[in-house]
Amino acid sequence: MSDARVPAGRGDGFPGPSGRPWPPVPPVPPGPPAPSRPASLGNDAWNDLRRRPLFTGSAFLMGIFLVMSVFPQLFTSVDPYDATTCVLAEARQGMSEFHWFGTDNLGCDVYARTVHGARNSVVVGGATAVLTALAGGSLGLVAGFRGGATDTLLSRLTEVFFAIPAVLGALLLLTIFRTGEVWTVVAALAVLAWPMTFRITRVEVITVRAQEYVVAAEALGASAARIMFRHILPNAVTPVIVISTVNVGGFVAAEAGLSFLGVGLRPPDVSWGLMIADARGRFLEAPEPLLFPALFLSLTVLAAIMLGEAVRDALAPKPR
Amino acid sequence: MGRYVVRRLIQAIPVVLGATLLIHAVVFALPGSPAVARAGADGLPPGAAALLREHYRLGEPFLVQYGHYLAGLFRGDLGVTFAGVPVADLMAGRFQVTVNLVVTALVVEAVAGVGLGLYGALRYGGAQDALVLGVTLVLISVPALVTGFVLQLLLGVRLRQAGVGLFPVAGIAEGWRGYLLPGFVLAASSIAYLARLTRAGLLEALRAGYIRTAVAKGLSRRRVVGLHALRNMLIPLITYLGADLGTLMGGTVITETIFNLPGVGRQLADSIHLREQPVIVGTVTFLVLVYILANLVVDLLYAVLDPRIRHE
Repeated sequence: MSDARVPAGRGDGFPGPSGRPWPPVPPVPPGPPAPSRPASLGNDAWNDLRRRPLFTGSAFLMGIFLVMSVFPQLFTSVDPYDATTCVLAEARQGMSEFHWFGTDNLGCDVYARTVHGARNSVVVGGATAVLTALAGGSLGLVAGFRGGATDTLLSRLTEVFFAIPAVLGALLLLTIFRTGEVWTVVAALAVLAWPMTFRITRVEVITVRAQEYVVAAEALGASAARIMFRHILPNAVTPVIVISTVNVGGFVAAEAGLSFLGVGLRPPDVSWGLMIADARGRFLEAPEPLLFPALFLSLTVLAAIMLGEAVRDALAPKPR
Repeated sequence: MGRYVVRRLIQAIPVVLGATLLIHAVVFALPGSPAVARAGADGLPPGAAALLREHYRLGEPFLVQYGHYLAGLFRGDLGVTFAGVPVADLMAGRFQVTVNLVVTALVVEAVAGVGLGLYGALRYGGAQDALVLGVTLVLISVPALVTGFVLQLLLGVRLRQAGVGLFPVAGIAEGWRGYLLPGFVLAASSIAYLARLTRAGLLEALRAGYIRTAVAKGLSRRRVVGLHALRNMLIPLITYLGADLGTLMGGTVITETIFNLPGVGRQLADSIHLREQPVIVGTVTFLVLVYILANLVVDLLYAVLDPRIRHE
C-alpha cells in the first residue's frame, strides 16, 4: 500500500517544496495488487478498521441486530403480536426445546418476543442519533461559523437544556405527550440530546475555522456556503460521527428505561424495556423472561459503543 | 475570587429562568386545558370548570402565568396532588433517601473510578491496562436496568441464600447497607467514564515537565503520582463529577424502583403509574433546581481548588 500513499504531483517534474524537481518515483515492485482507490482519510480509516477486531466484532453484532429488526421472521416463526401463540397454562416455564428462552407470565414465547423487540430498539436508537446529529450538527456548524450574536444565543440556549438531566426531561415530555408511539419517544429524546452534539460540533468548527486553508479560501473570495460545506464540514464531521454512533447505545438504553417506567412504548408493542417491566414481579422465581431481553439490550448497547470507539480510533490522526 | 463567585452566581440566573420557562411552556402552554383533562371523559359542570380555570389562571397571558408559577417556586410551592397534598410535603421524607443514594453513588464512583483509572494508567500498555479498558467498556454498555436486576439476583438473593447476608435484596430496613448495591448500580457507567478520564489525565500529566522535575529531584513514585500528578489533574475530574450529578439524579428513578427505596425517584415512578401529572411536573422541577444548585456549588469549588481562579 506504500505506492498508494505517494502524494499527487511526485515524479511529474514540477518543483517540490525545496524548489528542486521531485525525484522520479521508483517503479512499483510487483507484489500484492495495489488498492484501486486513492488514499484518503476515509479510505485509510477503512483499511485500518477492517483489521480491528473491535470493529469487525461490533459491526457483526450490529449487523445481526439490524437484520433482526428488519426481518424478525428469519429468526423465529412465532408472531408475538398474535395472542393465540401464548398458552397461559404454560406460563413461566424455563428454557426448553420448544421455548429456547422460556415463557413469560402470560405463557408467551420469550425468544420470539425478544427477537421482535429488536426493531423498536434499533429504530429509536438509529432515528434519534440521526436526528440529533442533523439538528445539533447543523446548529453547531452555524454557531461556530457565524460566531457573534448567533453563537451567543444558541450557546445560552444549550446551557438551559444542559440544566435538565436527560432522563428527567424525557420523563416529563413523555408524561405530557402520552402517545406510546415510537416516534414520540424519538422526538422526546432528540429534543433533549441535541445540545451535546451541538457543543461538540461548535468547538470543532471553531478550531477548523481558524486553520490556514479556511483563511485562504476566505481570502480567495469563496462564498460562505462553499467555505462551510467544502472546507469546514468535511474536516469537522469526525467527532459528530463518533458521538452519534456512541449515542445510539445511549438511546437504546434510554428507550428501554422509559418503557420500563411506563412512559415509553406501550403494550401491545414489543420492547425489551416493557418485557423487563412485565417479568419484574416474578423475577426471582422465573428469571429467564427478564434476563434474555436484558442480555439482548446490553449486547445492542455494547455493539453501538464499541462501533463508535473503533471508528474514533480509526479516524484519529495517527503518527506515522 | 469574590468576583468569580459573583459572576458565577449571576450566570446561574438565566439558566434557572430558562429551565423553568421550558418546563412551564411544555406543561401549561399545550392546547387543551388541564381543568378539562382532570375531569376525564364525562366533562365538567360549567361552574366547576370556571372555578378551576380561575384557580389555574388559564385566562391570563402566558408570561403572567409563568410569573405566578415562578413566584410559587420561590415560596416552595411545587403544585398539589390530585388529592390536594402539596408536592413539597410528599418530597419531605423522601428526599433524604435520594440524597443518601446519590452520595453513596458519588463515593463509589469517585473511589472505584479514580482507582481503576490510576491502576490502568500506571500499567499503561500492559495486560492490566487492557483489562481496565475492557471493564470500563462493559460498565458503560450494560444499562442500570440490567445491572440492577442481575446484581439483585446474584448478590441480593443467591448470596443471601448461600449464607452471606451482606446486601439486602431491597429496601432500606437494614440501614446503610441497603444503599451499597443500588449505589453501585447507579454509579456503574459513571465509574467507567471517570476511570477513562482519570487514566487519560494521568497519562498526560506524567508527560508534563513538572513531573520530570519531580522525578529528577528524587521524589518517590508515590509522592510524584499522588501529590504532583493527581492534584494537577483534579479539575477535569471534579467537573465530570459535578456534571454527572444530573445523570445520577435521573438514574435514581430506575434504581430506586428496582431496589424499592422510598426516595424521590421511586415517587416519580409511582406517579407515572398513577398518572399524577402534577406530582411528576413538581418533582422534575425540584430535581432540576437541585441539579442547577449542585452544579453551582461544584463551580464554586473550583475557586478553592484552582489557584488560577482563586487569585483572579
